[in-house]
Amino acid sequence: MALPNKPKGEINADPNPEVVEIATDVLIVGGGMAACGTAFEIKKWADDSLKITLVDKASMERSGAVAQGLSAINTYIGENVIENYVKMVRNDLMGVVREDLIYDLGRHVDESVKLFEEWGLPIWKKDADGENLDGAKPAPSLREGGQPVRTGKWQIMINGESYKCIVAEPAKTALGEDNCLERVFIVKMLLDKNKENQIAGAVGFSTRENKVYVFTCKTALVACGGAVNIFRPRSTGEGKGRAWYPVWNAGSTYTMCAQVGATLTMMENRFTPARFKDGYGPVGAWFLLFKAKVQNGLGEFYANSDSVKDELSKFMPYGQSAVTPTCLRNHLMLNELKEGRGPIYMATDVALNAFLDERREAGMDEKAVKKFWKHLESEAWEDFLDMSVGQAGLWAGMDIEPEKIGSEIMPTEPYMLGSHSGCCGIWTSGPDEDWVPDVDGPRSHKYKWGYNRMTTVDGLFTAGDGVGASGHKFSSGSHAEGRIVAKQMVKYCRDNADFTPELAQTAQELADEVYAPVKRYHEHVGATTAADVNPNYCKPAGIMMRLMKATDEYGGGVATYYMTSGKLLNICLDLLRLLREDAEKMAAGDLHELLRCWENYHRIWCVETHIRHIEFRKESRYPGFYYRSDYPVCDDENWKAFVNSTFDPKTQEWKCEKVECINIVETEPWI
Amino acid sequence: MPSYVDPSKCDGCKGGDKTACMYICPNDLMVLNKEEMKAYNQEPDACWECYSCVKICPQGAIAVRGYDDFVPMGGQVHPMRSADSIMWTVKFRNGAMKRFKFPVRTTAEGAANAYVGEKGDNLDDERLLLEAELPQPTMLAK
Repeated sequence: MALPNKPKGEINADPNPEVVEIATDVLIVGGGMAACGTAFEIKKWADDSLKITLVDKASMERSGAVAQGLSAINTYIGENVIENYVKMVRNDLMGVVREDLIYDLGRHVDESVKLFEEWGLPIWKKDADGENLDGAKPAPSLREGGQPVRTGKWQIMINGESYKCIVAEPAKTALGEDNCLERVFIVKMLLDKNKENQIAGAVGFSTRENKVYVFTCKTALVACGGAVNIFRPRSTGEGKGRAWYPVWNAGSTYTMCAQVGATLTMMENRFTPARFKDGYGPVGAWFLLFKAKVQNGLGEFYANSDSVKDELSKFMPYGQSAVTPTCLRNHLMLNELKEGRGPIYMATDVALNAFLDERREAGMDEKAVKKFWKHLESEAWEDFLDMSVGQAGLWAGMDIEPEKIGSEIMPTEPYMLGSHSGCCGIWTSGPDEDWVPDVDGPRSHKYKWGYNRMTTVDGLFTAGDGVGASGHKFSSGSHAEGRIVAKQMVKYCRDNADFTPELAQTAQELADEVYAPVKRYHEHVGATTAADVNPNYCKPAGIMMRLMKATDEYGGGVATYYMTSGKLLNICLDLLRLLREDAEKMAAGDLHELLRCWENYHRIWCVETHIRHIEFRKESRYPGFYYRSDYPVCDDENWKAFVNSTFDPKTQEWKCEKVECINIVETEPWI
Repeated sequence: MPSYVDPSKCDGCKGGDKTACMYICPNDLMVLNKEEMKAYNQEPDACWECYSCVKICPQGAIAVRGYDDFVPMGGQVHPMRSADSIMWTVKFRNGAMKRFKFPVRTTAEGAANAYVGEKGDNLDDERLLLEAELPQPTMLAK
């Protein structure tokens, strides 16, 4: 018997929370890799009079995309040329990227990696015989010239189970524990009452006690990751938690910055990684370290076929590179699936046995081969156990041993992010240096306006998944970008020493807005005999399912093999408008549910920008990530340009515009 | 693979303000029922199976059971994490077992150098702490 209705969670929400007001100079919203980079770096530039506060909705030790760990660091320049890093990113993201931001990242990222190693992250090394050593074996450090184990040109292997714990520790030490507020979820950024287009604070709430936090600040970093559970996932039961990207990333970065008027860029970009089916385990090491290939259902290794080469030639110059852009690899895979030649397998068995055969042919005796196999098997399993344990669990449940049988791979549901092989995000200033293009016009067309990584809103910065048109940062690059921002925020405070932030709303008005779902719950919960079914309110769980159904069916989700059209997109926008209106009627009986309410509110907004951008861009820039049936080609002549959009907080209107994309690094040769 | 709690082992972290699993879960899933003094996962279909709660539980009371919408029953992956390494036991549905041990950290907990007190010198260029002169691009587009 469900009656009497009562909140589900353990911490009931009180309609009248305590209101805590905190004045700080610098506010860091988020606690992931980027925010930890900022926290570490900022005290190196700030004097002690500057008050700095970090707010994380989880615990820094295990928050953000690296919470579970990682088996590789995907951006380490090392012996490579930074310009070639720019070329690789540019090609993978089909030409439309901010080369200034990418180059700038490339010149800071290695320092972050060297710090990680110094802090205790085990990084694999090559020994004198070229064999792999795990990261705990004695070997020279990267700073001392040690040779990392490369998997592909840009990645290095690590024993990364504790990666985030290791990075969070000095971040917290540098800032001081008392300045790090954990379990506080910031839900809105706030503009200044008097100074136009100036950030002045933020509001959020504790997920542990009935407290609303109202901050004022002179400058803020918003770095809360990308967006997950925005399209219907392939697993809709318990398995919907097994998202490829962290399930707690709710698009907060994009939504909160857009709402105060920050210009967004390339929000049409999405990432639908091809991963091991259902468990979503990583494929990078399998492709690059173990040299595995994909096989279609007929047993064909289709990637090098003539028909594939013909197909890639339709997407020049992008299709010509030795490493095919990620979206086009998906495109080729989807072609196989649509032609009925699925499923697609990663031939793990072929790859692993090839290593053993190679050793045998080189004269290795069986005993030594066996020892080598133990090491190889351990490397293969570690790849999952470091960062995607669930995939190992799926193999265990399915009795899969990778040396005996291949495993199916499949493109996932779409995600939005700016740090991996994706580039949606916020339009930011590049470094204030001569080689960065000078463009006349408003900030939404410019490449630099004084403070590196500042958004178009004064004092508001972003990093990691937040910075758009600049993908392939991954964990190390996100940390480096956070470090870049740290120095800029201190500079901003110095240059604006006379600015005193003032909020337009009172703290109580803000608290009432944040706790509106709680008040609604208490007002109406008695109207029915089942707390979740009520004509006066909706629950966040239902809102999320409604969002994912709309995007999946109309916005190019897995239901249509990522196909959409202008007609479908406009239906999607109509549904999202209704959803946004109804989201105002969400109800929360406990603090966990209040967290989910605000996350879903963020999701809806961020998806709406995604759909608007796809609708505006009259081409299919990323075949394999999404297609427009009405504009099916990648049209460089008309659309090799950024799409930027800005929401005006005063008029509440959106504006999408085309912005020139300038190549900084040579285009001949393209790669 | 949602985490679950063995009630015979969970002691609710002895009624402290926050249990270890509550403290660590990145998705706010682990909660303590104070009447029973037991923790549980309040939203299994939002569990990323990151194993943070499993690794941190001082009682070894938390494990993971495969997502019931695609993982056949009987397998299990379970870690034992120490300050410098982690030991994984992989039990297959057919009863086979594998064990793997990996390093997790090469320094003592708390020993990461935060460079407290170190200061950079010029706020107006792009150089960060410890960095040498920064390059500028030379392979330029025409």
